[in-house]
Amino acid sequence: MREFDLAVIGGGPAGMAAAISAREAGIENIVIFERDTRLGGILNQCIHNGFGLHTFKEELTGPEYAERYAVRVEELGIPYELGTMVLDISKDKTVTIISPSRGVETVKAKAIVLAMGCRERPRGALGIPGFRPQGVYTAGTAQKLVNCEGVIPGKEVVILGSGDIGLIMARRMTLEGAKVRAVVELMPYSSGLKRNIVQCLDDYGIPLMLSHTVVDIKGKEKLEGVYVAAVDEKNNPVPGTEEYFPCDTLLLSCGLIPENELSRSAGVALSPLTNGPYVDESLETDIEGVFACGNVLHVHDLVDFVSEEAVRAGRNAAEYIKGKPANPGEPVEVIPCNGVRYTVPSRLYTQSVTEGVHIRFRVTGVYKGASIVVKCGDDELFRRKGRIFVPSEMLDVVIKPEKLTGVTGRITVEIEEGAK
Amino acid sequence: MIRELTCIGCPMGCELTVEVENGEAVSVSGNTCKIGENYARSEISAPTRVVTTTAISEQGRPVPVKTAGNVPKSKIFEVVEQIKNTHPKLPVALGDIIVPDAAGTGIDVKATMTVKE
Repeated sequence: MREFDLAVIGGGPAGMAAAISAREAGIENIVIFERDTRLGGILNQCIHNGFGLHTFKEELTGPEYAERYAVRVEELGIPYELGTMVLDISKDKTVTIISPSRGVETVKAKAIVLAMGCRERPRGALGIPGFRPQGVYTAGTAQKLVNCEGVIPGKEVVILGSGDIGLIMARRMTLEGAKVRAVVELMPYSSGLKRNIVQCLDDYGIPLMLSHTVVDIKGKEKLEGVYVAAVDEKNNPVPGTEEYFPCDTLLLSCGLIPENELSRSAGVALSPLTNGPYVDESLETDIEGVFACGNVLHVHDLVDFVSEEAVRAGRNAAEYIKGKPANPGEPVEVIPCNGVRYTVPSRLYTQSVTEGVHIRFRVTGVYKGASIVVKCGDDELFRRKGRIFVPSEMLDVVIKPEKLTGVTGRITVEIEEGAK
Repeated sequence: MIRELTCIGCPMGCELTVEVENGEAVSVSGNTCKIGENYARSEISAPTRVVTTTAISEQGRPVPVKTAGNVPKSKIFEVVEQIKNTHPKLPVALGDIIVPDAAGTGIDVKATMTVKE
């Protein structure tokens, strides 16, 4: 049986950065398993620019960002196996893989970094009535068809959901000669980045219909059109507001879900708030030696944050492999409170903290002039005022290690609303 | 005249307030870095964008490309059309020029991925 010090599951931005940092921390025997035919993950189909401003101080496209890491993987001579699907991970860190060159194989690892990324919420999870005609795609599937296969799925498009992929695809389809009739968003705000609303919708005069949803899909064999209706504050469609949009393509950009089937089969405890593993400050899951980073942990909006997180996961996996003692003492629970939907990590081993602890989270609504406050009881560990906090932007605070000395029990992360 | 803009320089999306006189920005506020100020000035006087799309190679595989710099917003469709009519031969390396001087903008279109076959 082949044995590795570190097995990295997934060769996207998270997996590559984790493998690189583990190698730089001195771990020789590493492998990356990647099911696609090249490294890079989802970045390979994200041909638009806007990646890497934090990491490289320049604006790159997805493939360019990926290639910088892939080149580094090559330079460091880190082995990676393409066309290799991981079928199962077990608690004792045996990994079952399948590939055309090796067939089914079981390998063993001292540590594992989970970096499988996320997938799109499909139509079946949305509960839209109507038949199942050809012409309904998730936005990411359409993106792959257009950018990687050179196939344009349709000519008249409605997009449901204003997540970033939906916005990017509105522009992409327009540049490919399609007519994008509308982007329809259930919530009263877009879940995409503001810059994408400006340069993907406003630039091309594509309407964004907030507080609206698709209530019916017409067409039996082939999509003919969709009915869009306004929704009330409880997100229920308002009768009489239906409007018919003829279209041959409906793209769904309705959220991303961390892809944790493997984590689940390994017995990793998952958070219902993030759909990703519970981790501590070292990004270790509840199974010793199994770490998680990137979109499999929680869905990110910036790849720069994925890379940064993955570097920490790789470095901590290296420490574990080198024999770092188990976490001392009882963990401090991190509790999301007012206005905070979740936190990553969800627990901290304060006695082993030697550097600033990142706490990442999303807010539950739009907050203007509010403050992020991290507290232990009445003791304030952190406070930062912001002009605007929105659910589409992941927030990242760093708690100084000296603030955590002697902290026990639980700490809370909350949004303190400013004067209205 | 005051104009409100959202900076597209990075994913932060700063809300900019721009004081405009005679079609030029005279003051910019709300930005957190120099990019925001530059964006506001050019967005008021002559808006530009980086264009990203694909060029279908001779072998049929799409090659992702981008304009190596900003091009006038009004030229976007012309640039895309010219890229559509270009069919590079593989292999292509990241940074290879696919269309020089796209649509007379003086900006080259470059491959953003190494595509071997």
